[in-house]
Amino acid sequence: MNQTIEFTLNGETMHYSVDVRQSLLELLRDELALTGTKEGCGVGECGACTVIVDGETVDSCIYLAVWADGKTLTTVEGLAAEDGSLSDVQTAYVQDGAVQCGFCIPGMVLSSTQFLEDNPTPTRPEIKRALSGNMCRCTGYQKIVDAVADVAEKRQENADIAPVKFTRHA
Amino acid sequence: MYDITGYHEADSLATIFKIIKADPKAKVIAGGTDVLVKARERKQDFIATQLIGITRIPEMQGITMAEDGTLSIGALSTFKQVEKDPLVQQYIPMLGEAVALVGGPQTRHVGTIGGNICNGATSADSAPTLFTYNAILEIHSEAGVKNVPIADFYKGAGWVDLEPGEILVRIKIAKADYEGYLGHYTKFAQRKALDIANLSCATLIKMAPDQTIADLRICFGVAAPTPIRMPQAEAFAKGQAINDATLKTIGKYCLADTNTRNSWRASKEYRDHLVQIIPARNILAALKEDQ
Ligand SMILES: Cc1cc2nc3c(=O)[nH]c(=O)nc-3n(C[C@@H](O)[C@@H](O)[C@H](O)COP(=O)(O)OP(=O)(O)OC[C@H]3O[C@@H](n4cnc5c(N)ncnc54)[C@H](O)[C@@H]3O)c2cc1C
Ligand code: FES
Ligand code: FES
Repeated sequence: MNQTIEFTLNGETMHYSVDVRQSLLELLRDELALTGTKEGCGVGECGACTVIVDGETVDSCIYLAVWADGKTLTTVEGLAAEDGSLSDVQTAYVQDGAVQCGFCIPGMVLSSTQFLEDNPTPTRPEIKRALSGNMCRCTGYQKIVDAVADVAEKRQENADIAPVKFTRHA
Repeated sequence: MYDITGYHEADSLATIFKIIKADPKAKVIAGGTDVLVKARERKQDFIATQLIGITRIPEMQGITMAEDGTLSIGALSTFKQVEKDPLVQQYIPMLGEAVALVGGPQTRHVGTIGGNICNGATSADSAPTLFTYNAILEIHSEAGVKNVPIADFYKGAGWVDLEPGEILVRIKIAKADYEGYLGHYTKFAQRKALDIANLSCATLIKMAPDQTIADLRICFGVAAPTPIRMPQAEAFAKGQAINDATLKTIGKYCLADTNTRNSWRASKEYRDHLVQIIPARNILAALKEDQ
């Protein structure tokens, strides 16, 4: 029950024969050994399996692998630079102490990354809404929101836009 | 792995009709946010069947306006596309506000408005709004095209008027059903995201020049097995001035017109309380948003 599909994964063109019964999550983890994408609930509730497809985040557990045909995908493995240095979003998560057990973090980082592309000058409520499809059982979310706010602020400073000031959580 | 027997990516409506003719049990799948969850739960009808993917069919995409002002929403429009669409924002903003409250971002990027309606849930966040706009569902099959008012489409809990081989292609709203109306949608739920409504209510109101109500339309979700309009409250409201007494009476009529139930999400008493107060809040919010 296989179909051959073509897609771009973390910048690399792939021709791949996928089992039509497979979720995109299963393709990534079980076949391509990209285990940064996590499985939590398996039914679209938790966002641990978030990946970016054509500039939008999706839950890969309820997304058929064959649907990737013709699309451009980014997983957490595709964020760091060639030399292994972390993206600014990843760095901010580390520096702000936004990571505890880490299970939700690949999904969180991908949602944050795409959101900041779409909205470079977000307000705090907008950040919360953008991350509302990603559950975290450890951090209480505040440090995660701080990390995203920090990236936005730093990028605005670098780009010389008048930065939006965020109220920092104590 | 999902327990399916095959997957076919349809490139046209004709292809769907052909596959379903050969295999009436084949299941149509759009964004899959209901289908794949039910397949995971091993619900009957969603396993051991072949799936027909429909998201690449051109005539089911896009949001357009016809010359006579009729808005036409492709069934495959995702919640995000509906929310961000300029025509929706200008002419039927309540629909954009309602679908912005669905699930989380990932659900809204993939889930479609057509699937939300065809799934038949009374809690579907697009449904009450589409009921108040008197949406017409354009349904295609091998036999031709039929136009079904949304209120006739819902038959019972999770049960809609859709035979195998019938495909919802577009959702249409006539100019007379949106022009001059103000609306507000309330999703009453425990959480602000990723939650299903305890009760939902869309309210559309048109004021006469003398500041009385020219037309009022109210539709509840989760107040009965299907979304339901409030005929008694709507009839009463015509010609009334907006004041406390009017709003209270509207609430009373809504209670008479609904049929709420107990569930783990909320008790019947709580829902009955909400049924009486939310339309009034919506009316005031709709009028305020206009100022
Ligand atoms: C985590 C999560 C949270 C959610 N939260 C909400 C919420 O807050 N509010 C809400 O309203 N919904 C919510 N939903 C459900 C919502 O995403 C679905 O109802 C969605 O709109 C269905 O669209 P789809 O494209 O995914 O449909 P699918 O799952 O592909 O299909 C749904 C049903 O409709 C049929 N179908 C689909 N399109 C057509 C068509 N064009 N013609 C004929 N039949 C068709 C399918 O055969 C199937 O029976 C949530 C779902 C998830 C997973
Ligand atoms: S594992 Fe996909 S949303 Fe939870
Ligand atoms: S850090 Fe543990 S779930 Fe988020």
